[in-house]
Amino acid sequence: MTVQETLGNRAGTHPVDPRLSGIIKLAILAVGGQGGGVLTGWIEDLARANGYAAQATSVAGVAQRTGATVYYVEMAPHRAGEAVPVFSLMPAAGDVDIMVTAEMMEAGRAILRGFVTPDRTVLITSTHRALAVSEKMVPGDGIASSEEVLAAAEVAARRVIAADFDALAVAKGSVISASLFGALAGSGALPFAREAFEAAIRAGGKGVEGSLRAFAAAYEVAANPVAEAPPVPAAKPVPKAQGPARLVAEWDRLAARVAALPGPVAEMALPGLRKVVEFQDLRYGAEYLDRLAGVMARDVAARGWTLSREAAKYIANAMAYDDIIRVADLKTRAQRFDRIRREMRVKDGTLMHLTEFFHPRAEEIAGMLPARLGARIAADPAWMARLDRWFNKGRRLRTDRLPAFLTLHLLGGMKGWRRRTLRHAQEQAHLDRWLETALAEAGRNYDLAVELIRCRRLIKGYSDTHARGHSKFDRVLAATSRIASRDDAADWCRRLREAALKDEEGTALEGAIRTIDSFA
Amino acid sequence: MAERSFKAEVEHLRLGAGETFTGEGILAITKALLENGVGYVGGYQGAPISHLMDVLADAEELLSELGIRFEANANEAAAAAMLAASVHYPIRGAVTFKGSVGVNVASDALANLASSGVNGGALIIVGEDYGEGSSIMQERSHAFAMKSQFWLLDPRPNLPCITKAVKDGFELSEASNTPVMLMVRIRSCHVTGSFQTRDNQRPKLTVREALSNPQSDFARVVLPPMSYAHEQDKIRNRWPNAEKFIRERGLNEVFGPKTAPVGLVLQGGMYNGVIRALQRLGLADIWGNSQVPLYVLNVTYPLLASEFLDFCEGKDQVLVIEEGQPEFIEQQLTTFLYRAGSTVKLRGKGLLPMAGEYTGQVMLDGITAFLKEAAPQMLPALVRAPNEDKPQIPDLSKTVPIRPPGFCTGCPERPIFAAMKLVQKETGKLQISADIGCHLFAALPPFEIGGATMGYGLGPAANAAFDGGGERRPVSIIGDGGFWHNGLSSSFTNMAFNKSDGVAVIVDNYYSAATGGQDIMSSRADNPTKATKHPITKALKGIGIDWVRQVDRTYDVGRMRDVLREALTTDAPGPKVIVASSECMLNRQRREKPLTQKAIKDGRRVEAPRFGVDEDVCTGDHACIRLSGCPSLSLKKLDDPLRDDPVASIDQSCVGCGNCGEVADAAVLCPSFYRADVVHNPAPAEVKRARLRDRVIGWLQSRRAARRLTFEGAA
Repeated sequence: MTVQETLGNRAGTHPVDPRLSGIIKLAILAVGGQGGGVLTGWIEDLARANGYAAQATSVAGVAQRTGATVYYVEMAPHRAGEAVPVFSLMPAAGDVDIMVTAEMMEAGRAILRGFVTPDRTVLITSTHRALAVSEKMVPGDGIASSEEVLAAAEVAARRVIAADFDALAVAKGSVISASLFGALAGSGALPFAREAFEAAIRAGGKGVEGSLRAFAAAYEVAANPVAEAPPVPAAKPVPKAQGPARLVAEWDRLAARVAALPGPVAEMALPGLRKVVEFQDLRYGAEYLDRLAGVMARDVAARGWTLSREAAKYIANAMAYDDIIRVADLKTRAQRFDRIRREMRVKDGTLMHLTEFFHPRAEEIAGMLPARLGARIAADPAWMARLDRWFNKGRRLRTDRLPAFLTLHLLGGMKGWRRRTLRHAQEQAHLDRWLETALAEAGRNYDLAVELIRCRRLIKGYSDTHARGHSKFDRVLAATSRIASRDDAADWCRRLREAALKDEEGTALEGAIRTIDSFA
Repeated sequence: MAERSFKAEVEHLRLGAGETFTGEGILAITKALLENGVGYVGGYQGAPISHLMDVLADAEELLSELGIRFEANANEAAAAAMLAASVHYPIRGAVTFKGSVGVNVASDALANLASSGVNGGALIIVGEDYGEGSSIMQERSHAFAMKSQFWLLDPRPNLPCITKAVKDGFELSEASNTPVMLMVRIRSCHVTGSFQTRDNQRPKLTVREALSNPQSDFARVVLPPMSYAHEQDKIRNRWPNAEKFIRERGLNEVFGPKTAPVGLVLQGGMYNGVIRALQRLGLADIWGNSQVPLYVLNVTYPLLASEFLDFCEGKDQVLVIEEGQPEFIEQQLTTFLYRAGSTVKLRGKGLLPMAGEYTGQVMLDGITAFLKEAAPQMLPALVRAPNEDKPQIPDLSKTVPIRPPGFCTGCPERPIFAAMKLVQKETGKLQISADIGCHLFAALPPFEIGGATMGYGLGPAANAAFDGGGERRPVSIIGDGGFWHNGLSSSFTNMAFNKSDGVAVIVDNYYSAATGGQDIMSSRADNPTKATKHPITKALKGIGIDWVRQVDRTYDVGRMRDVLREALTTDAPGPKVIVASSECMLNRQRREKPLTQKAIKDGRRVEAPRFGVDEDVCTGDHACIRLSGCPSLSLKKLDDPLRDDPVASIDQSCVGCGNCGEVADAAVLCPSFYRADVVHNPAPAEVKRARLRDRVIGWLQSRRAARRLTFEGAA
């Protein structure tokens, strides 16, 4: 047990009000490039302009290079001519009055480092995320849990002020340093009036108007914390189809089939149906529902229709595979052009060029050929080499121009041809095999069947990534089949899948398979 | 031009007597140099003293007004060697670099300088890069002072004390004919505060004037028999003179009550941390008035036996607070006590950790532990007998991801390492050694390239054992900063002379980028006082390396990969060197952004590129991120129950460098990426053509949309 904690307890019964004790200790934890230095400068100037002695320090060496960076300010009332207080050059665990964190995981880091303690610390944090490389690079979902950090903050801090101060600043045409400064003012944690804060921004002299707007908005959020109601999940709007009456009528018939399914299944089957219909056509949608019906027949209400619900999701994903036709279709839609114009903030009087990056390989070309011919060519290395020579090179397509747009528009219109292609045949065969494997377990080990259905998640990406996904999928299914008779087979299948999603090379998966080999 | 401009702050350097300076420690040191009549300054950039070099560069006008010569030295050895001007001439000189690595490089010159002795004050300002935020191996510069017999100042970390140390340092140097090293830690360099200024002083003798009246004295040359005489002079004269000066001028300080059972002995740099711990224990007030006696060593080498023994007089125990290892000071003080036959018990390492930074918690724990044993009556009751309950704060150590520094958005080095990762997918893992600089971030995920770094400019030299070649060639990486620092001689002539079969990649980003974007020989910028625009390839040809490939756009991942492959497979004998050149994006943006905005405002035609991801084409496998790690390329969770994994997403901070598109192409990843170039102020004919195209495209789109089902809210 450390002394800090003891003192913390002593103070714990009488919360320390930083405004009453001698030195106010304020730390800022930011990601390099977030303007932590600017914020520190404002706080320092604010203190000095209001009769305080202040000292700031930072470790600026890597601040602009995306690493986590600490800034630290101490201040105490000071009259000219008096001795200057002795300030520390770094924050100490258990000894921080105000902790400002410019990102959610940085709040977590502040708590982890002991800079946030229940007896004294006001924690002001932005809830937005700037993902770390380690979170982004996992093939699956590696994003850390903000909820865990927020929950810990509620325990660790004397008071928590949390909001998306990044979005708030961006909405006001400014940056997060300004909104955090506003939140600091609004929190009342420093003994200075709002006007004094604003004066510090004005004295800074750069981007004053935008900063003041963001400051004001954040001030309101921090000063008037509304008890945040748990977000009510907005009722999913039912996709409403538009188009030729004949097609809409047919869609309504299919949608009615979905509506007749048990609730949990229908919830997944409706977006699933939409996905496959958009991918191909209504007949394909009917096939989707037929496949789903096949699963339903092997499912039981007692298990909450989990198997069918998962199947509704993954069959749709498997049926709507990523081929050239789909990509070309998505890339040439009017809605996409509008969305990009919106995102890029294309205003009147400006134009937009749009460049796509395609790199077709022989496999994709062969996949577009009629199934039998395609299979013959795919099996012939000489032909594949020839196709590679003709097609395998990076292509930059300017889809705002007619030649490239027309090419993709035509490709996107080849849905009628799709059912005849090699790729389609391959995908259908794979889908059937996977579904059969999973459903074969449904009677014996329901949970295992569900997990096997979920393994479809492993197949994603294009070219090499896609091939790696396939190989992982195959390895997971093969390893599972070896232990399918065990009671904990479902659990192992889940573990294998999760391992497969951890890294690209499949190191974690190899490890998990070796474990299975040791007892299977 | 450096990343940060101090042009505005430099005006503060003109403050005169009786005025108050408020600002950063680095700037205060510069001001103190001017106040103390320095005649020449120089150094080599590196955290935490990069800004000192930047300030000096930005203050060149003021410096020349005062007759002061400023050199941006080629490396730390060159900087230290420059102090030779103070050997014969009574001119004060100061150089700065980072410790301990800069001191390593400088040590040859420093040892010669210390042997010769100085006539004018010679000050070496070392930014000690130790503890949190450090980017180097954790060592102490202290040992260099001990081995070469020069003096080491470690002042209390506030502006009045640091600036006083500059003055004291020059005077101590002159009083003892010995160079003096002034050590400032990372946070002291960046600490803000105020001090009373004095008028700037012109040097009594300028370097120009000295050239008119050259001097030499064989007695100062480090050659036998003079070198033996130097050693004796150090011990017989310089050291005693230094001790006398330190004692008489009271450079070390004693605080607190005269009598007490215990005392603390500390490096000056530790003072604020010690006071904070005492404040938290209720043993000091906020102004630092301590109930425990403190002996503050503003001079940590040499140590004064008499002064120390006086402090120990009447005490039972003293605690030595000395950051870093080994515990040189503690050993020396122990010897003093032993030789004096003292019974005072000396404590130090053990109560405090041998290794690592003395953070607030470490200091508090160490001092508390000492007082609990040595003087428990001084401690408040609650510290002596703590009660145990504390709120349980959830453990986040598994939740919070680490966030090491990495390549900036749009960094031109990213595509080089993406290409290298792709090549390794073909060749298998390669033997790769790295150097010092931004490129070293490639050692971290997602690239994980390079297994060693042996020092600045030594990347290719670190592969010398493999120069003979083998089944696969060794690869080394070095930056342009490292190349000019020391790489040309230590790494490339080594490769050329030994007919190395290895491959070296020189990352040429136009600056010494990692240290803050200072200009170097091959910088493309116009610099009125420095010679720039010297191509690296020319230097390589000059030392007889013939296989040189210049890549002028690193973002061309395909070409980077092909050139690397060629270097690894060519039959050409001798070193294979690739110079990969593209400007540091941080500096480029800083330069270009205002120009671009002005051009748009002025109605000129500007194309602004940015990348995007089609989220319904992206399958969420994140292969692109594993070849990028760009801060602007992140993930987004979709509001789609059918999707499990977050998809790639590019935010507003994208600078359109092109890496995403190039990687998607070279690695054959996926067609999700697109580049949108917004054309500001397009020409009228261009607008007309675009309108026509849009009409045709719009017609085709609505024609198809009318024939099929569309859904509200569809992408």
